[in-house]
Amino acid sequence: MIKSQVLTGKRGKAGGIAFVDDPRSAQQEARRLLGMEISGFPVEHLLVESKIRIDKELYLAVTLDGGQRCPLILASLEGGMDIEEVPEAQIVKYPVDVTLGLRPFMAREICRRLGLQGETAKAFSDLLFKLYRLFQEMDAELVEITPLVISGDGLLAADAKVTIDEDALFRHKSLPRVEERTDLEKKAHDLGLAYVELGGDIAVMANGAGMAMATLDMLHHYGGKPANFLDAGGGAGVEQTARALELLLATGPKVIMINIFGGITRCDDVAKAFATVKEAKDLTIPVVFRLVGTNEAAGLEILRGIGIQAYRTMQETAQKAVELSRQSSA
Amino acid sequence: MAIYIDEKTRVMVQGITGNQGSFHARQMLAYGTRIVAGVSPGKGGQEVEGGPVFDTAEAAAVQERPDASILFVPAAFALDGALEALHAGMKVVVVITEGIPVHDAMTMIATARQKGAVVVGPNTFGLVSSGKCKIGIMPNQIYTPGPVGVVARSGTLSYEIVANLQEAGYGTSTVVGLGGDRAVGLNFIDVLPELEADPETELIVMVGEIGGTAEEEAAKYIEAHVSKPVIAYLAGKSAPPGKRMGHAGAIIERGRGTFQAKVEALSAAGVEVAELPFQVPELARKILA
Repeated sequence: MIKSQVLTGKRGKAGGIAFVDDPRSAQQEARRLLGMEISGFPVEHLLVESKIRIDKELYLAVTLDGGQRCPLILASLEGGMDIEEVPEAQIVKYPVDVTLGLRPFMAREICRRLGLQGETAKAFSDLLFKLYRLFQEMDAELVEITPLVISGDGLLAADAKVTIDEDALFRHKSLPRVEERTDLEKKAHDLGLAYVELGGDIAVMANGAGMAMATLDMLHHYGGKPANFLDAGGGAGVEQTARALELLLATGPKVIMINIFGGITRCDDVAKAFATVKEAKDLTIPVVFRLVGTNEAAGLEILRGIGIQAYRTMQETAQKAVELSRQSSA
Repeated sequence: MAIYIDEKTRVMVQGITGNQGSFHARQMLAYGTRIVAGVSPGKGGQEVEGGPVFDTAEAAAVQERPDASILFVPAAFALDGALEALHAGMKVVVVITEGIPVHDAMTMIATARQKGAVVVGPNTFGLVSSGKCKIGIMPNQIYTPGPVGVVARSGTLSYEIVANLQEAGYGTSTVVGLGGDRAVGLNFIDVLPELEADPETELIVMVGEIGGTAEEEAAKYIEAHVSKPVIAYLAGKSAPPGKRMGHAGAIIERGRGTFQAKVEALSAAGVEVAELPFQVPELARKILA
């Protein structure tokens, strides 16, 4: 068997796995696989292994249960397909109390629910402990083996996936990093800003993730097309706000909409940052501002000084931004 | 009666000598919160805003008997700080810090559960019983006492909605920030029973967002157990799948956590869902009239 090694799932369905019987076809298939892309990832590595005898395919994963706020073991005798397609009744879900960790009695119970016995149950428990340890020690969000193959008395992991919590990478500096973000998104991340490219023509800056999302929703509601999601962060100072604004300008928008409800973010800081960037960049594209909350009066004063009249409500601001984006496209 | 905290709550601030810690300690004092102690390792014996600073939470607990704590501690040290507070007997531990590893969050939450305490957050703005006690980083001026209980996943967006409500003449009873992370100590279904039982709350407003299933679980709970009227506003209608929208928990993954699924679940449970934030006070007026 020749398997493409890519950082995405569903490679079998995409034709990324080949079965071959002789060296010549192995060469042919390897060449084909190395030329292909799977979900945007070019195939650069292959795994060659002997075809195994498959008596049964299982599914086994340790993941996070946000609702229960604890690790969750997922296991099923129906492996080898998408776990999403397996009926709920055939999946064993076992939440683990993190203060206890995985204990032998828990493994026995999981085996019982699965109907595993004898040597297979023993091999399964051994593996489960190793997976749980990996999950815990490496700060994983998901450790998944599918299919987990029963072959004779033994178990074999035929494919696996591990994802690590980004917030815990400071504890795992030796792990290689895979970049999934665009250059701008990466630049924003390095500045400590949450940024997502959306491809429209109204650049948006707001403070707080929920507020930023609500701003995009409102622009959509009035028929506008946001260029990005940008959470300038709670409590960002002048310098960081100025960097955020420069980032927005780099996308070449038709209009900029700034929506600030100052809690820990101070309105005068945002206004100061904007005035600095406006002067430095000789800004010509229209900017619609909404600035309320902490130090609002001082912020509005600064904006008036550079000829900008801010709006009071989010809806007025969004409507104006959409109107301007239409004008400048005409 | 307020939920979780009230005018008698004695509050400890961990990380009080830092920039954020001292600024927000001042703001909380200005709101009327009873801050009785600060904790800052190596800074014991100092004073901040006239209050004593201790090296450890245990020392603060012995001297000043706080019941609740708020953490302004960097992500890498937040787990230790939260466990220290729980170990010292705090019943409410508010974790403001963003970017805490999710395994650390799970450990603090599980520990709180064993001790009969609650962790609020991580990545929360905090909570406030209007006019009585604020433990958090939100702007003081928008929280005046009134009949609306608010529970929110997002900070600034909840400020927007609370301010809109205030402008329309409706104050708040208690406002709870759940936090934007994937694993948080309080979910909607933990706070809803408290608001349902709270005599000061006549109307419940939920501020949710895409990602996870907290809103869907809330819908099930509301249908079975909540008799008070509920309004929900959800952010992220226009968010693309697979992208993390600022909050670690705000992501549509494997088709789960979509806006549509949440709206359907909540509407089916009899919740009034607002399309835009400024519609929340309009709906409140209809319900409370």
